Amino acid sequence: MKCRRCREPAVIDVRRHRAAFCRDCFLHHCREQVRRTVEKHKMISPGERALVAVSGGKDSLAVWDLLLDLGHEADGVYLGLGIGDYSEHSAVYARDFAAARGVALVEVDVRAEAGFGIPEASQAVRRSPCSACGLSKRHLLNRAARDRGYDVLVTGHNLDDEAAVLFGNVLHWQVDYLARQRPVLPSTDGFVRRVKPLIRMSERETAAYCVLKGIDYVVEECPMAAGNRHLRYKETLGQMEESSPGIKADFYLGFIERVLPLLDGVAETERGLVGECSRCGSPSTAEVCAFCRLAERAAATAVPSDVLPLAVGQLDGAGIPLEGHRPADER
Amino acid sequence: MQVRLHNPKRTVDVDGPVRVDKLLRQLGLRREAVLVIRGDSLVTGDALLAADDEIEIRPVISGGAR
Repeated sequence: MKCRRCREPAVIDVRRHRAAFCRDCFLHHCREQVRRTVEKHKMISPGERALVAVSGGKDSLAVWDLLLDLGHEADGVYLGLGIGDYSEHSAVYARDFAAARGVALVEVDVRAEAGFGIPEASQAVRRSPCSACGLSKRHLLNRAARDRGYDVLVTGHNLDDEAAVLFGNVLHWQVDYLARQRPVLPSTDGFVRRVKPLIRMSERETAAYCVLKGIDYVVEECPMAAGNRHLRYKETLGQMEESSPGIKADFYLGFIERVLPLLDGVAETERGLVGECSRCGSPSTAEVCAFCRLAERAAATAVPSDVLPLAVGQLDGAGIPLEGHRPADER
Repeated sequence: MQVRLHNPKRTVDVDGPVRVDKLLRQLGLRREAVLVIRGDSLVTGDALLAADDEIEIRPVISGGAR
């Protein structure tokens, strides 16, 4: 196989583009995908300070690296979720990357900040671990960016993530969630703008980017995510992609182009309902925001974290919605 | 050749030479769900792997809420 751009031997084929690339041309392709996405959706303006949510995984490290290469001022924030060795292990990759690139990494320990780790929170509220984790991340990442004066919060959601969330939202016709599933969530009172520069890159491409760029990342999956609904949707879409390359991109990018504009009114109405949490002051559609309610219940049923199981897949499938399925105050 | 796999981590011996696409079919893996790594680079589906190659097949699918 030859590189589409330079005709040198290829190292990766990207079937949905009907193309193969050598190392240098693939890295160029990735930078162009992100540059065009950032510009098209007006994600980050020149001179703005970005904070990248970094997990130590391929997507967040790839997006951080790409934004730095594109000349953006971007620091990282790592949330220690309290998931045993996995959290300790993941943090090392985030720290090593920051040190190698000479950029700042903000570290927030969820247990110190919120009084609970993800394992005990999911046990306490009988939500799936991914649901409690997502809710906590959205709240604490926004707070970290807002309190430190960043203009924009960057996440590493890729094409596969977004297609899987869209798939779930369509299956259940969650119109309000569909209206919120945007590449850019604008800044409003209390919310820092949130952007997803990787929406045109599959997770195979972000993983390939890291390997070819020499970025070490945590390959192991979070022990609490096994069997979750999001992964099942990805598997279904992956099987469709195998026989129809490009179908995931058509599904998600077509949604952005053709359906989201029809939902602007729904999103506007929702924004009008957002007030302020009476406890923490964060944006909320309820008197007490979802995160504070989670923290309260976690505190009320606190048990020592070292007796909690890490693999709590038995909580999954309890009918609890995952990423994308969330109240408006925790967008 | 030695093939290193993840989830769970293990190493299997596979007769070579063999093309990447055929190896993935033998192992029951979808090519869009993995990267095939030889040394510090990647190989495409039509690449021929030698009997003495050391290969890593790395999953790319991650999940959970982010």
